[in-house]
Amino acid sequence: MKKIKFVIRLSLPFIAVIISNLVYYLVKDNGKQKEMAHPYYLYFLYLIAAVILIEYIIAIFNEKIRKRIIYKTPFLTGIIVFLLLLNYITTKTLLLPTLYFPSLDRIIGLIVEQRVFLIHNILDSLGLLLEGFLWGVTVGFLTGLALGYFKKVGYWLNPVTKAIGPIPTTAWIPLALSTFPTTHSANVFLIAFAVWFPVTLMTSSGIQGIGQVNFEVAGTLGASTIYQILHVAIPAAMPSIFLGVFYGTVSSFATLMAVEMNGNSSGIGWYINWQKSVMMYDGVYAGLILIAVICSLSLTILFKVRDKVLIWQKGVIKW
Amino acid sequence: MVGEITINNVYKSFKSLDPSKEDTLALNGVDLKIEPGSFVSLIGPSGCGKSTLLRIIGGLDKATSGELFLDGNKIIKPGSDRGFAFQGSNLFPWLTVEKNIAFGLKARHIYKKEKEEVQKFVDLVGLKGFEKSYPHQLSGGMQQRASLARALVGHPSVLLLDEPLGALDAFTRMTLQDEILKIWKQNNMTMLMVTHDVDEAIYMSDKVVVMSARPSKVEEIIDIDLPRPRARAQDTFQQYRTRILDVLNLGGKIEEVEYYL
Repeated sequence: MKKIKFVIRLSLPFIAVIISNLVYYLVKDNGKQKEMAHPYYLYFLYLIAAVILIEYIIAIFNEKIRKRIIYKTPFLTGIIVFLLLLNYITTKTLLLPTLYFPSLDRIIGLIVEQRVFLIHNILDSLGLLLEGFLWGVTVGFLTGLALGYFKKVGYWLNPVTKAIGPIPTTAWIPLALSTFPTTHSANVFLIAFAVWFPVTLMTSSGIQGIGQVNFEVAGTLGASTIYQILHVAIPAAMPSIFLGVFYGTVSSFATLMAVEMNGNSSGIGWYINWQKSVMMYDGVYAGLILIAVICSLSLTILFKVRDKVLIWQKGVIKW
Repeated sequence: MVGEITINNVYKSFKSLDPSKEDTLALNGVDLKIEPGSFVSLIGPSGCGKSTLLRIIGGLDKATSGELFLDGNKIIKPGSDRGFAFQGSNLFPWLTVEKNIAFGLKARHIYKKEKEEVQKFVDLVGLKGFEKSYPHQLSGGMQQRASLARALVGHPSVLLLDEPLGALDAFTRMTLQDEILKIWKQNNMTMLMVTHDVDEAIYMSDKVVVMSARPSKVEEIIDIDLPRPRARAQDTFQQYRTRILDVLNLGGKIEEVEYYL
């Protein structure tokens, strides 16, 4: 009995894929959606099914993956069922206006057919994001360190930081675009600014929160001031610094979209805006999906790094 | 033998930022000489400034006036010639036991030369097998051992102990007292310990320095003439305890009780 239940649970995603197929071919279309050359939606389902199948095979040999698979199967099935409903509503009924709600075939097909152009835009966005992010983290870390460690610097500059920092980055766009020599440098500045403030704030408050006794211990062990900064202040503030980098990353995404939609001529944000203006909503959805993937992946990478660096910490935020 | 501490007429007052309040005088002319290689305890009512004195010797605080010397050299700042064991272990949570112990050697850029000292002290404090553990994975007693090893690995001539065992339970405390004595004997060093436990002071010390309430001075220095190793349940303990408590005015009196029928 237990075994049968287990087999049913594992085959749920495949049953969902089969039902999706049946609905796709057997239920009559509403005839309003643009026909695509290939059934891309079904291809996508096959891709999911293939990945699941490969994982099953690996799971035979690996117990850790087996547990994860068994845990995840209902959720994966849920995704497939959700796509099935979405596809049914958009292609088989007229419940939603087809202009704003294109079929999955069209969205997925667009990503596949325009992949070269899209990758070009993704790389543009990622390049800009990375450049701004690195500047923001570097400058933010250094200002935070100075504000947090040197009391005099903190006394004079903390109020300045507190006044400038909370201004929403988007409010700087008009000024930045007119004062910077190139649009690119203005964009880098704006993204860097978005990252800078949370990193500064969390670095300095992290350092200020370190118990004095840590520095005293280091001093009695013969550590110089520089050694104390590098080997006590920074590692002790690291959990807080990472939190700042996390906030900064999230706000850098928002800023990236804002600058790309304002006066840029490439990037995913620009692409979405352009597709909207020519009434190609399949492109808008494709862009949103790509942004979701990029942002989520960036955060995953960030948290992986965090887990490595902060291995000594108990109890951390889950991602 | 090195490790001689001389304290000449040390005053310490804590300045108040509020101009309407007077500065607090904590140490009121402390004179003390600590023989090299001896084990000395500082005891006194809470808030009397014994920890302040220890911190000044460690270079963590500055004396308002007066001078302190270690083997004839004036003490002005912390130095690796004086190890300091703080209340609570205060291990760096981001470093493993091994790296915590190696911290001082690395900070002084002598780690390459004295690498094997780390393992020696890990073994000495009985933490073999826990080298790669992080502090939060250790019990309180083990953390304190690691902390002692960290303070000792650079071979200071003096170890200053600021109620190092205060946060531990009674049994762990006794075990660690014995370990500190073992380390003291093996390393030929001076140990100066602040404690509020009279029995601990008698059990461990050559001399017990009793300090008065704030503003504080050395009230009396009591030599503990007991052979080592000592037994905690010795009768002579009682005499020393009575004497120390009398100096502290905590001895109490047995009232003559009058009975009425």
